[in-house]
Amino acid sequence: MNTEGRAFKYGDNVDTDVIIPARYLNIQDRKELAGHAMEDIDKEFVKKVKSGDIVVARKNFGCGSSREHAPQVLKDSGVGCVIADTFARIFFRNAINIGLPILECPEAAEGINSGDEVSVDFDTGEIVDKTTGKSFRAEPFPEFMQKIIEKNGLVGYINS
Amino acid sequence: MGMTMSQKILADHAHLESVNAGQLIEADLDLVLGNDITTPVAIRVMDGIDKKEVFDKDKIALVMDHFIPNKDIKSAENCKTCREFALRHELSHYYDVGAMGIEHALLPEQGLTVAGDLIIGADSHTCTYGALGAFSTGVGSTDMAAGMATGKAWFKVPSAIRFVLKGSLNKWVSGKDVILHIIGKIGVDGALYQSMEFTGEGVKSLSMDDRFTIANMAIEAGGKNGIFPVDEEAISYMEAHGKRPYKAYEADPDAEYAAEYEIDLSALKSTVAFPHLPSNTRTVDEIGERIKIDQAVIGSCTNGRISDIRVAAEIIKGKRIAPNVRCIVIPATQAIYLEALEKGYIKTFIEAGAIVSTPTCGPCLGGYMGILASGERCVSTTNRNFVGRMGAVDSELYLASPAVAAASAVKGYICGPEEN
Repeated sequence: MNTEGRAFKYGDNVDTDVIIPARYLNIQDRKELAGHAMEDIDKEFVKKVKSGDIVVARKNFGCGSSREHAPQVLKDSGVGCVIADTFARIFFRNAINIGLPILECPEAAEGINSGDEVSVDFDTGEIVDKTTGKSFRAEPFPEFMQKIIEKNGLVGYINS
Repeated sequence: MGMTMSQKILADHAHLESVNAGQLIEADLDLVLGNDITTPVAIRVMDGIDKKEVFDKDKIALVMDHFIPNKDIKSAENCKTCREFALRHELSHYYDVGAMGIEHALLPEQGLTVAGDLIIGADSHTCTYGALGAFSTGVGSTDMAAGMATGKAWFKVPSAIRFVLKGSLNKWVSGKDVILHIIGKIGVDGALYQSMEFTGEGVKSLSMDDRFTIANMAIEAGGKNGIFPVDEEAISYMEAHGKRPYKAYEADPDAEYAAEYEIDLSALKSTVAFPHLPSNTRTVDEIGERIKIDQAVIGSCTNGRISDIRVAAEIIKGKRIAPNVRCIVIPATQAIYLEALEKGYIKTFIEAGAIVSTPTCGPCLGGYMGILASGERCVSTTNRNFVGRMGAVDSELYLASPAVAAASAVKGYICGPEEN
């Protein structure tokens, strides 16, 4: 499994209120909701993002609320992977549970620039910045989490 | 090697002799909760789970509190989805208008959360119940759905940071100032993936309301949970509210901690978190400049309890809210509202020019009931001051205690209660 696309780069503490503002949380239609992804931090995001693109950020990505809508709008916008130094723990759980690939890799999070073409191989954890030619390696998930991901999320895991 | 208090609760619920930090476990849950925003998503997830029945109709709590009373048609539809689900599964603990309150104030008050419990909730402030000695933590809607179906959840056993409290708080200084001080010290990811265990002789001087506020904001330091020892204060609270037996766990004497901080409660001052992070703190006497406000909010799962309302009423009594300041007071539950009414606090607020709302999370997350316009400033007893949290992207939110919010509402600028 892998993804390839353009990097959208952000800083530390990208919180769930900017990923999907609470004023939209009454919306149940996922497509409509995804139209507001990252709106308060980057108005251009939904206009520019394409399937397979990669969000890159620094420390504590997804801090704040437990809203699963946050990883869901990124996934529904087409984001193929989020790379960060660290993730807030509820966001981390939610991303795994809904099947949004995320990788903790401080070197890649620092080294990749906004707009770079990046490819990620989830099996090996290898991240290649094709624009700069640099490559990075993220820690693979523990086996238990890999099983959840293999089953396409927690629902598939429970059903199996 | 010994276990922390959090680890002991997790080990027991996973039916293991002992657990280590980093270990992945599956554990039995005592309570699974959700609200009107996260539950509809969980219900949809449950449709995809083969097992269609809930694991225990008495161990699920649904609280309609975020956009309730329904702020618009979409919110009404979400609430209806939850109501129908609760009826269909004959859930014992479904709280709608008339019975609802803000979930993290309501559930302890109803005796549904006690020491020794393992609780997950699809709301990040589920960590509040650690004040009573429970292990409780926020999760997402998929975890909630899985929890409702199976009664279990997976956990990575956390390491812990120990906060040794000593001394006691000065007048007007409260649990909010303690936790803002700690977040200011360790940062918004200072306890990432970790337990925050509060201990030391200073604990006994903290009221239950102070402890609820402190545990509530553990998530704002990135913490997995915040937890307090089970002392006489906690036991008498649980006996007054409890319907269920509790179990008091203690950390082993040789438990290992990733870090330890000593906090002298008597040295703490009224503290304010400036935009746009809860860690961006200054004490009131460090502010210097005069920061004019347009709104003050006193309420939320962090600070909408009776002692919060009482402190605000004491400061506001006999005074007027400053011209051009909107002061919104939101008691967190019906019981708190009623007590505030009986004690005359509601009269005090209304006579001063403040308004009092039915319980709701409303403005805290920018839902409704006090949204900020572009460029406006608000001092609030809520828990997050992220960009756009209470309204316009360029509005500003300052987090503070009820005493500071009330004093600021009277003066029209951010100040400590001593100035009144």
